[in-house]
Amino acid sequence: METKQLDRVVIRFAGDSGDGMQLTGTEFAKAAAEAGNDISTFPDFPAEIRAPAGSLFGVSGFQLHFSSSEIYTPGDAPDVLVAMNPAALKTNLKDLVDNGTLIVNTGAFIEANLKKAGYQTNPVEDGSLGKYKVHAIDISQLTTSALEGSELSTKEKGRAKNFFALGLVFWMYGREPETEIRRIYQQFAKKPEFGEANVKVFKAGYHYGETAEVFQTVYKVPPATFQPGPYRNITGNEAIALGLVVGAELAGKKLFYSGYPITPASSILHSLAKYKNFGTLTFQAEDEIAAMGAAIGAAYGGSIAVTASSGPGIALKGEAIGLAVMTELPVVIINVQRGGPSTGLPTKTEQSDLFQAIYGRNGESPIPVIAAKSPGDTFYCAIEAVKIATRYMCPVMLLSDGYIANGSEPWPLPNLTTLPRFDVIHRTDPTSYFVYERDPRTLSRAWVIPGTPGLEHRIGGIEKDALTGNISYAPENHEKQTKVRAEKINRVAQDIGELDLSGGESGDVLVIGWGGTYGALRQAQQAVAAQGHKVSHAHLRWLSPLEPGLAKIIHNFKHVIVAELNMGQLRTVIRAQFLVDAVGLNKIQGQPFKVSEVVAAIHKQLEAAPMAQASSSQPTVNA
Amino acid sequence: MSDAVKIKLSKKDLESDQDVRWCPGCGDYAILATVQRTLAQLSIKRENTVFVSGIGCSSRFPYYMNTYGFHTIHGRAPTIASGLKITRPELDVWVITGDGDGLSIGGNHMVHVLRRNMDLKIILFNNQIYGLTKGQYSPTSALGTRAASTPNGSVDHPLNPISLALGSGATFVARAADTDAKLMAKILEEAYRHKGAVFIEMLQNCPVFNDGVWEGVKDDPAGKQIILQEGKPLLFANGTKGIKLGAGLVPEICDASDPGVLVHTERGSALYANLLAQLVQPDFPMPMGVLYRHDKPTYDQLAIAQVDDAIAKHGKGNLEKLMYSGMVWEVGADGTRH
Repeated sequence: METKQLDRVVIRFAGDSGDGMQLTGTEFAKAAAEAGNDISTFPDFPAEIRAPAGSLFGVSGFQLHFSSSEIYTPGDAPDVLVAMNPAALKTNLKDLVDNGTLIVNTGAFIEANLKKAGYQTNPVEDGSLGKYKVHAIDISQLTTSALEGSELSTKEKGRAKNFFALGLVFWMYGREPETEIRRIYQQFAKKPEFGEANVKVFKAGYHYGETAEVFQTVYKVPPATFQPGPYRNITGNEAIALGLVVGAELAGKKLFYSGYPITPASSILHSLAKYKNFGTLTFQAEDEIAAMGAAIGAAYGGSIAVTASSGPGIALKGEAIGLAVMTELPVVIINVQRGGPSTGLPTKTEQSDLFQAIYGRNGESPIPVIAAKSPGDTFYCAIEAVKIATRYMCPVMLLSDGYIANGSEPWPLPNLTTLPRFDVIHRTDPTSYFVYERDPRTLSRAWVIPGTPGLEHRIGGIEKDALTGNISYAPENHEKQTKVRAEKINRVAQDIGELDLSGGESGDVLVIGWGGTYGALRQAQQAVAAQGHKVSHAHLRWLSPLEPGLAKIIHNFKHVIVAELNMGQLRTVIRAQFLVDAVGLNKIQGQPFKVSEVVAAIHKQLEAAPMAQASSSQPTVNA
Repeated sequence: MSDAVKIKLSKKDLESDQDVRWCPGCGDYAILATVQRTLAQLSIKRENTVFVSGIGCSSRFPYYMNTYGFHTIHGRAPTIASGLKITRPELDVWVITGDGDGLSIGGNHMVHVLRRNMDLKIILFNNQIYGLTKGQYSPTSALGTRAASTPNGSVDHPLNPISLALGSGATFVARAADTDAKLMAKILEEAYRHKGAVFIEMLQNCPVFNDGVWEGVKDDPAGKQIILQEGKPLLFANGTKGIKLGAGLVPEICDASDPGVLVHTERGSALYANLLAQLVQPDFPMPMGVLYRHDKPTYDQLAIAQVDDAIAKHGKGNLEKLMYSGMVWEVGADGTRH
């Protein structure tokens, strides 16, 4: 037996949506993180909970990238593919690298399944897999054998087969099985007979690797080097929930969260519903509009009010978001984006709700928009969204996406004592109070809450006098209020940090991105820069207002590429704002960018003629 | 709600400085005046009182109350009021809505806010018409209503607001006419003291687009209304006629002396309350007063009890501990995991 050291491995588990591939992947990711590797994960599953067994559209996958050095993405292409049935093989094989390792569960390669996957002949036997290192193992049969004598039904036994695969890869990569065995017992504490069976099968998979002598090599990926400190593994939706709790604490207020079930945002509600001892109130509303309305009501009452959804739900909330704009109440609205339009691709990622976030309401109704770049970053974005919403008295849209929400990474735990507080103060002094009197720096109105004697007042969605807040249809007053609402959002720029820029402030190519594409863009830029090219990457955190740091550098490059998982929404904004002839790198497949795609796009621009320069002045003519 | 030190208030103290902008002769004036007078008599704390409304003529109501007020968007007042009440249970939250706002565009919210027994006092101004949009038929308009949008008469059947409220789970259901200040004041007072979801149907006249739609009830209170009184038989027509149940539980008008005349109780079965809801014009006199009342835990009580429970069981939340939950490891000075 040979032990081979590798710097990094990308492994993908694929099977039926009922095969437990998400669990297998998550557990193996934990083991990699526990062994000190840097990790990045990409769960990719269908919208159907239990799609018909063996069907192509029912295939569920989980990709894990683990490494002994710092990584930014779940990897472009898997080095190892575990295919639990023919459909999983069919849909995933094209991604496997040449000479990659392929583990197939031959037990599922029966005629009916082959037919469902569209195979005329069995690919395991017809020689079509010649360019891969194939390990054909009857995992189904080995699982049943391992559970001989068990009281479980045949069907229940069959469900444990993912643990065989897990045991096998544990052995292949020299992972410590004891911790996993403990974790399985814990996870199935309420159904010990299943826990027992799963551990048996897990051990069988592990020992199979050891004794069957089909694997000549055991791989070792040494631990990565990290900044010292405490770490935990975290997904985007877990981190966002923590960020909201911490954000409310830093504001010195109670958190109220309302939501309506929607993929991929629901798990934020699940997390927060467990944090009741922090005083957090969660409310599952009857619909998306009610969730937004309840958040506005809670904000009016003085809570840190948050609601989350995905694109279709945000569309429903639109009118109520406008009410929060008009009444100038702080609400954080989270959009965990998915593919659209309409129901679109509920479980796949996309960045196509940027226009909706910036413009998606009736009337002139600007709001600040912030986008998280990674699972761990959602924590800080949530805090920042709470801070800006309460400081500027406005709704703030926080954009995440399916890729960030479900993906996980090792996350350096923040030192809570170093996070700056932004305690909210409600006005209680009734002397010369005017409802729409504004703070000179932020232009925000005072947050006066019901229960305060002497400050009784009325607010609403009708245009209001710029000082008293009384209903006003006066023409000049409306223009004044419209402009001040816009100016207030522009002033958020004064509280925005430095631009996240990698590379020089001038050069040949500037790649601009936002949100969950961060890892692929940063890695691509660094790779091309390492070849000696003058390429930079600016990753925007704030999209409304646009980060001031971008204005300073955008005209210093021969080419500007705006890379995003949509048809070019940020590119349109950038072109309008800066009059630069930016080109788009766009992908609308429900899948994240591969590093190689970004590298190719940068090289293409490096070889292209410089873009035309235009004046950046934006004259406005007033009536 | 109750306070050791009673504050002396007059109706004037509850009037805001805003000019009232309803049409002359609108039933809303009478309702506003009675609400202001009654709440003054109840010595409410103005700062702890919030009026939340949707969109429509009736929804301008909060602007005229010298309390906290929130004029929201069409149909959504119950949602905003819910968020406020859950987070600030000590406030008295009133919701002002209409038949279009509360039963059409906001019908879903109405159902759910009542189902949850949210501690809100909901007053629905039912004038069977959309007024602010200039006279379209509403979900309570009678079949055949000729309106701007239905020149040949509407072809939808109306819904019964009281049945909807009962079916949804409201725990205090009442009805009054805009002009009956005495009964309205009595209902408002009891609604104010009720803990839970209150639904009051206010029969309100729109003099511009649907004038006299309730005249069949209001012009002859003795003949066409049953003034509900706890423990008293369902009588009308100056006590000469009553309501009893015939075969198949079909309500029938009978002589007051009939031994089968039903006796009213606010705490009767849902079946009885639903029977009352079915007594509508023109076939029956309409029951006025408190139709149904029931005590059960409110949403905010239950939700806050869960928070208190969690704190009692697990202690007050510790952020440091929360952050460090799950799989946590330490990376040492050498940059590798320990």
